[in-house]
Amino acid sequence: MPDLSIEFCGVKAPNPFWLASAPPTNSAYQVRRAFDAGWGGVVWKTLGTEPIVNVSSRYGGLDHDGRKVVGLNNIELITDRTLEENLREIAEVKRDYPHHALWVSLMVESKRETWHEIVKQTEQTGADGIELNFGCPHGMSERGMGSAVGQVPDYTCMIVEWVKEVATTPVIVKLTPNVTDVRTIGRAAQQSGADALSLINTINSIIGVDLDTLAPKPAVAGQGSHGGYCGPAVKPIALNMVSELARDKDIKLPISGIGGIQAWQDAVEFMLLGAGSVQVCTAVMHYGFRIVEQLASGMENWMREKGYERVSDFVGLSTGRIHDWGDLNLNHKVVAEIDQAKCIHCGLCYIACEDGCHQSIAWDKQSVADYVKEHGEEAIAFHSGGHDVVPGAGADYVNLFTIKQDTCVGCNMCSLVCPVEDCITMKEVDTGKPPMSWREYQELLAAGKIAKIEPPKHV
Amino acid sequence: MPRAGDILSRAELQENFAELPPPLTDSEALVEAARCLYCFDAPCTRACPTEIDVPKFIRQILHRNEPGAARTILQSNIFGGSCARACPTEVLCEGACVDNTLLNSPVQIGRLQRHACDVARQANLRFFTPGPPTGRRVAIIGSGPAGLSCAHELRKAGHEVVVFEARGVAGGLNTLGIAAYKITTEFALTEVDLVQQVGVEIRRNSPQSGPQIQALLAGDEFDSVFLGIGLGRTRPLGIPGEDAAGVWEALDFIFQTHTGSYADCQVGQHVLVIGAGNTAADVATEAVRLGAEQVTLAYRRGDEAMPAYAYEYEYMKHDGVHFEWYAQPKRVVVADGKAVGVEFIATEPLEEGSRKAGLREVPGSEFTIEADMIVKALGQAPLLDLLKSLPDLKVDGDCIAVDPDSGATSIAGLFAGGDCISGGAEIVNAVQDGKVAAAGINRYLAGARGGSTNA
Repeated sequence: MPDLSIEFCGVKAPNPFWLASAPPTNSAYQVRRAFDAGWGGVVWKTLGTEPIVNVSSRYGGLDHDGRKVVGLNNIELITDRTLEENLREIAEVKRDYPHHALWVSLMVESKRETWHEIVKQTEQTGADGIELNFGCPHGMSERGMGSAVGQVPDYTCMIVEWVKEVATTPVIVKLTPNVTDVRTIGRAAQQSGADALSLINTINSIIGVDLDTLAPKPAVAGQGSHGGYCGPAVKPIALNMVSELARDKDIKLPISGIGGIQAWQDAVEFMLLGAGSVQVCTAVMHYGFRIVEQLASGMENWMREKGYERVSDFVGLSTGRIHDWGDLNLNHKVVAEIDQAKCIHCGLCYIACEDGCHQSIAWDKQSVADYVKEHGEEAIAFHSGGHDVVPGAGADYVNLFTIKQDTCVGCNMCSLVCPVEDCITMKEVDTGKPPMSWREYQELLAAGKIAKIEPPKHV
Repeated sequence: MPRAGDILSRAELQENFAELPPPLTDSEALVEAARCLYCFDAPCTRACPTEIDVPKFIRQILHRNEPGAARTILQSNIFGGSCARACPTEVLCEGACVDNTLLNSPVQIGRLQRHACDVARQANLRFFTPGPPTGRRVAIIGSGPAGLSCAHELRKAGHEVVVFEARGVAGGLNTLGIAAYKITTEFALTEVDLVQQVGVEIRRNSPQSGPQIQALLAGDEFDSVFLGIGLGRTRPLGIPGEDAAGVWEALDFIFQTHTGSYADCQVGQHVLVIGAGNTAADVATEAVRLGAEQVTLAYRRGDEAMPAYAYEYEYMKHDGVHFEWYAQPKRVVVADGKAVGVEFIATEPLEEGSRKAGLREVPGSEFTIEADMIVKALGQAPLLDLLKSLPDLKVDGDCIAVDPDSGATSIAGLFAGGDCISGGAEIVNAVQDGKVAAAGINRYLAGARGGSTNA
């Protein structure tokens, strides 16, 4: 049985699945339910000196052709409960759940004393560590907090230093993605003594406009404000930022990965790219705490199949595979191949290639009679009223699609749009050439040792 | 003969004739629309005789643009709402759907089409307007799907169109000849309205004889004539006693569900349907729904050879219809001038496994099925007398011969489409015939008077 337990900055947790500082970790009631459901840790929703006041109408969902909430944005602020109540509840929960990781997110005005005070108060609860919310992009940032701090390396340094002056427990700095280069902020946090980084916080966003009222969504009395964007649709952005920090030679801190995790595969991907734990919010807001069961069982099965005994066995294994584009091998070649036995004749590969990509799929029409002759009775779904019903056929022909492998550039697009599992696969072709990156190509060109690579001929 | 109202309450009848399948809810429609893969050169569209752009209209539904979806449907097929209800989708669009292969279940295209058309109808949306006047006039004989589809296209092209309808109600078999639980009379008439809305004049109770049609062709009032006259009476059984009281023709049986209340419909206690086509299936299932105690369908071949579609067979089985396969009717048994049953002889195919093999009667196998209502459902015979009264009209078998690309007949200026050229097909085929002929008439009126054919 693979062991899902982890140790992150010296804090132990039964598994790497934590709840991010967000609405699901707003109260002891919720955190207890989360731990009971199987979450390995939580980051308590951000505490401030005073309870904030929220607006009503706070979240907006991005739906995609029938799937609800593939993205979510919010204009909710940090905790709206008193510091005393939160601290009391944190202490009680930690007492009752000593083996779960309990972190507390903090955000106060940029005054040394204020930070000192809240760090001390928080640590008195027995919480395992602190996460500094330098990422919230809305509301708090206008008051000089959240991403207003996280976007400026000097501010980040300053506050981390203040916190570290008094903190006795580990300190995670939560980073905003709303920066040009997240590594700059990561390095600043490390320089000033942070113990770990977590990312990403939410992305600046307007989720949409109501086409009846013309008001932005979510609408507060018909008006809107930019919010923080999260959910499954942001995962690729988060994966990139996690990997950028993980492969930065100057940054040595553990990373807690956040951004659109809803399935176990998402969690594994974050960890392969360097995250030692993962934090989840949107999927829980959508489906509830129970999703952790699928996360855990999926990761366990994958670990068993791969032969990993501990989570640390695979953390960061893919980090080293991310390079600058200029280091990729120009002489590596793949071409698409369509398994005609699996093809359902939808033509999605063809039109994607023809209109959007590289015009490398041939379209032929086969008469239904020939098609049935070739495929036998299997081609006929059923008989009805004297008709042979042949799916994929119409106007007496069936469309056949084949890859023009001499012109296929191996872009993958056809295999991405194909609705049939394993119908279009990308096959490696031996070019007979040694590996050569773009950098090496430039050097060889400059030295006159190689001719220019000709553009593809078919365009 | 008992009336349905003597057997079942009005509420029961109403429930029995609730539309099948039921309409999709908005939520169902969105989920179903999301299943569509949006195929390229989509098989569903190619399998539709009227070439409705199915992926386009489904995507319009998915993106909450039902009016746009309805327009997409109706511009290819002005009877899109009827076809959505009565088309044999399982052998057309839905049979072609690639989800049959991927998921063993096609996208419910028919029900989505109905959803879009219903939304547009409820909002009373109009999509089409007459074209700029051309000064040309076309007479259409018959207001069935072929005639009205032709009329609609011609009116959109700017011609004036007068439709002559023999009956007091317009729409032909689309209004009167499909089981009422598939297409209600009320709904069918809304599609007649769509055609009238663009300014097509329909003259009801205006049957046209051969000489009258010749006069229309020869006179100054019209520049062209389209025949969408359909077919005639049900083919006879050719056995003794078939004219006795209690022996019905299939279409007469179905007509009554459209022309009066269900309660007033006549239905036997034991209804015996002869034939196994789609009209026979409509009769059998309607008889059950009207309260018949027992309904039996008899066919001279086996179920593997029945002309009715598989889903029609399923409907009948669901409704508890009894089947008598390999039964050849020999005579109607008549007592006191009334039919009381049919004597059959068993048949067997001359060749095993063939759906079209010859049949042999099994000597000594005669048997009788008692019934107080016998319905002949052997398909309709052509209107041969009318066709013969048009001397130069070339006929191919029982059908009017036309050029498939223009619908032109052998008589210059005379075009035809629908069941009178096919011998009996689906609504959707008739609609397409009307479109093809309208295009042919347009070309003919534009001066290409070589539109006539020697077919």
